[in-house]
Amino acid sequence: MRIAAIAHSLRRILLAWLLSMPLLAAQAPAAGVDPALLAPLAGDDTDAKLRAIAALGQLPDPGAAAVLQALGDDRLYAAADGRVLIGEGGARATDPATGAAAELPAGAGTIGINNRLRRAIEAALAGSRLFSERPNERLDAARRLQQTGDPARLPMLEKALAAEKNEAVRDALLIAQANLELKSADPAKRRHAVELLGGTRNAAFRPTLAALTQERDGVHAEPDAAVREAAAHALTQIDRHLATIEWAGNLFYGISLGSVLLLAALGLAITFGLMGVINMAHGELLMIGAYVTYVTQSLFRAWLPGWTDWYVLAALPLAFVVTALVGMALERTIIRWLYGRPLETLLATWGISLILMQGVRTLFGAQNVEVGNPSWMSGGIAVLDGLVLTYNRLVIIGFALFVVFLVWVLLNHTRLGLFVRAITQNRRMADCVGVPTGRVDMLAFGLGSGIAGLAGVALSQLGNVGPDLGRAYIVDSFMVVVLGGVGQLAGTVIAALGLGGVNKFLEPYTGAVMAKITILALIVLFVQKRPQGLFAPRGRSAE
Amino acid sequence: MKRRLALKQLTAVSLLAMTGWMPQVHAAGDTIKVGILHSLSGTMAISETSLKDVALMAIDEINANGGVLGRKLEPVVVDPASNWPLFAEKSRQLLAQDKVAVVFGCWTSVSRKSVLPVFKELNGLLFYPVQYEGEELEKNVFYTGAAPNQQAIPAVEYLMSEDGGGAKRFVLLGTDYVYPRTTNKILRAFLHSKGVKDSDIDEVYTPFGHADYQTIVANIKKFATGGKTAVISTINGDSNVPFYKELGNAGLKATDVPVVAFSVGEEELRGVDTKPLVGHLAAWNYFESIKNPVNEDFIKKWKAYARAKNLPNAGTVVTNDPMEATYIGIHMWKQAVEQAKSTDVDKVIASMGGQKFNAPDGYTIEMDKTNHHLHKPVYIGEIRADGQFNVVWKSKGPIRAQPWSPYIPGNESKQGL
Repeated sequence: MRIAAIAHSLRRILLAWLLSMPLLAAQAPAAGVDPALLAPLAGDDTDAKLRAIAALGQLPDPGAAAVLQALGDDRLYAAADGRVLIGEGGARATDPATGAAAELPAGAGTIGINNRLRRAIEAALAGSRLFSERPNERLDAARRLQQTGDPARLPMLEKALAAEKNEAVRDALLIAQANLELKSADPAKRRHAVELLGGTRNAAFRPTLAALTQERDGVHAEPDAAVREAAAHALTQIDRHLATIEWAGNLFYGISLGSVLLLAALGLAITFGLMGVINMAHGELLMIGAYVTYVTQSLFRAWLPGWTDWYVLAALPLAFVVTALVGMALERTIIRWLYGRPLETLLATWGISLILMQGVRTLFGAQNVEVGNPSWMSGGIAVLDGLVLTYNRLVIIGFALFVVFLVWVLLNHTRLGLFVRAITQNRRMADCVGVPTGRVDMLAFGLGSGIAGLAGVALSQLGNVGPDLGRAYIVDSFMVVVLGGVGQLAGTVIAALGLGGVNKFLEPYTGAVMAKITILALIVLFVQKRPQGLFAPRGRSAE
Repeated sequence: MKRRLALKQLTAVSLLAMTGWMPQVHAAGDTIKVGILHSLSGTMAISETSLKDVALMAIDEINANGGVLGRKLEPVVVDPASNWPLFAEKSRQLLAQDKVAVVFGCWTSVSRKSVLPVFKELNGLLFYPVQYEGEELEKNVFYTGAAPNQQAIPAVEYLMSEDGGGAKRFVLLGTDYVYPRTTNKILRAFLHSKGVKDSDIDEVYTPFGHADYQTIVANIKKFATGGKTAVISTINGDSNVPFYKELGNAGLKATDVPVVAFSVGEEELRGVDTKPLVGHLAAWNYFESIKNPVNEDFIKKWKAYARAKNLPNAGTVVTNDPMEATYIGIHMWKQAVEQAKSTDVDKVIASMGGQKFNAPDGYTIEMDKTNHHLHKPVYIGEIRADGQFNVVWKSKGPIRAQPWSPYIPGNESKQGL
């Protein structure tokens, strides 16, 4: 019975294929996909589904590709009457069997897929996309085919190679072909394939190449010695490249972690570094910045759905203003009465941080809220054949540099900056010559808080946004400021990047837990030796 | 003048309410006090707050149906604030001062370990609703979450199967504390028994609150070049978001390297942009997306409760596995009390074994007669774009718990109480 059914469906596939050939030649629109191919997709039998997907992938009919695409996107519906429909949003749908528009019936549910089916769909789609009009799609498809080990794909690859004009796609196709030719009977072909794969320096081919060099009970997996030698050479090539990538990766990760630490600590460098306020609520100011991002995102989603990708840009000034106002309010109401009393400041700001956290928890709930990366910050760019630099981290590195520049300009080239520095050096003298110390304190604290808010926007793009966000960064922030030397902007920058770099170069060897412990131990030792930090303020102001 | 007085009183009352000192309004007649011990502030509030709410919902439901033994249940809610020693203190307060008949509470294993001596000393009764590492069996505790053989082991078997991708190499990634360490110890022994060599297992730990997963993701990528790889994640709640974000941005898709997580459920996914996560897996004994009338009813009740009580984000509340386990626990305790015709701890414990409950997970599940754990079905789900799970594998039926894992040497003699 089963064999009969398979034979039946095979006949149908063949028929559909033959029928669709002239259609392809004429570039005619889709006429419809054979319902016998669609029916197994709605069933429960995974093997039948896999066969149907593979069969659909062989059809050059764009309707079949649309079905596969919809299945991969969770948009393929199974109706109660056995029909399979492509959802087009809302109640609208297309019936792939006729190509006509249809209404989505009430009881229709999406057809669930798992990773195995997802892989099959990607492979099937790669086949039809190999002949796409767009070079990008062809390149993606060729790259996808590099990962399959199915020799049945060889004729299709050869056909695509013969037609391909684009250089990049051609190279990708050649590699895909080489991967399949590893199983060829001709040693010369195999050797050429191995050399080609080694030349890609792509780690994805490592397992297949390593398998060639293996030997068990005196029997070599690869009978030809020359091919074995080529494979060993290709392996060293790939391994050397992997080591380079690892090194470059660590450097990037270090800079990236450093920039995050720098952003988190910059605000504190002003409030603690310049003003001497031990501000334990600094972390909560970061958190408020992140929540402003969340609120902005929600507002954009509700009112400006076309512009949601740019909510981050709108969140930046908002977060700055909101946190600066919160900071100034704190300074005016609580902190200014405690200047010169570090212990009381510490306790008071700790209390404030608890109040802010519980306040946010009451307002937004204890759960984390979802802040999505805008599409231009999602994904990454591959460099050096294998190292992925993620966009969100690249943007944050650039943003950190921008904020440092902003703070530097504010402190060194504005009147407010001059006053802040004057008060840091000698509060009484500044007061005597007419600097409005109270107002400057408030503004400086507002500036520090506002920068914490900006950092909060950046942090929301990397991790959690929840009431506890600040807790994770407060210790690191103090570490950076103290290590850099209190009151020194340059020190903060170097300390942040240094800590990030050391951490990331230690981590591969010691693991994340030991790396953190080692760093803390190193800082304790360092501060023993140099309590004033990396860059000690010199001269009279040091007192 | 009068208005000012009223204002003052109002302020005083609201201050009291804020600090949790609102005087308990005693219902007329006799009530049974029930303790609820979940963190409502601090790091664990993210997970535990909804357990408190679902417990209150179940109590309301029982009260609306006439209570237990003709008496109404009176919840006593305390906040141990994610502070482990405070858990012990608060449980002592519940047992000794409030004289509660039973306590529903705890999430982390360390909080459970810290209240154990108190429950043993004062002969209290604790219902623990979260999946955990096993290696424990106490007379005073009923475990309504999963033991490792009801979650971790089936998940790894699935990853090794053809449908799960036929993984040959495994990265065991966890936060550095007792649950991941013990689970990974069991999993390593299990993988050995399946013929996986040590060189194909990479065990990685991160500190609590770790937020920078760049190196770890790069290492997973490198490890995956050695063969078909899967990641088994016991990363604790909060750190999952940065991990998944990094994974998505680095271009590691579920079709290449699937990640199966034991601590990520519907509630955790509310805080994540799920689009890059589609296809990654989680193993639980319950998913909100399971279709059956009991579950539909449970979800409907929970949504109505959230709206009625005006919980934060009431419009988007979800149910998850520990919430279901809490709900089962309360109802089973009620049944046991009614069978024992008493709230006396020893009598209730004696009648707990063999209790059956028609649970939202689609089965009539049973409390084991001897080992204080539930027989639970196992589901493996893939994350969908809407933050729910698509069940891709389920066990044939409820599985009996093995709190003492056979994969840890020396456990053979410890199977019962």
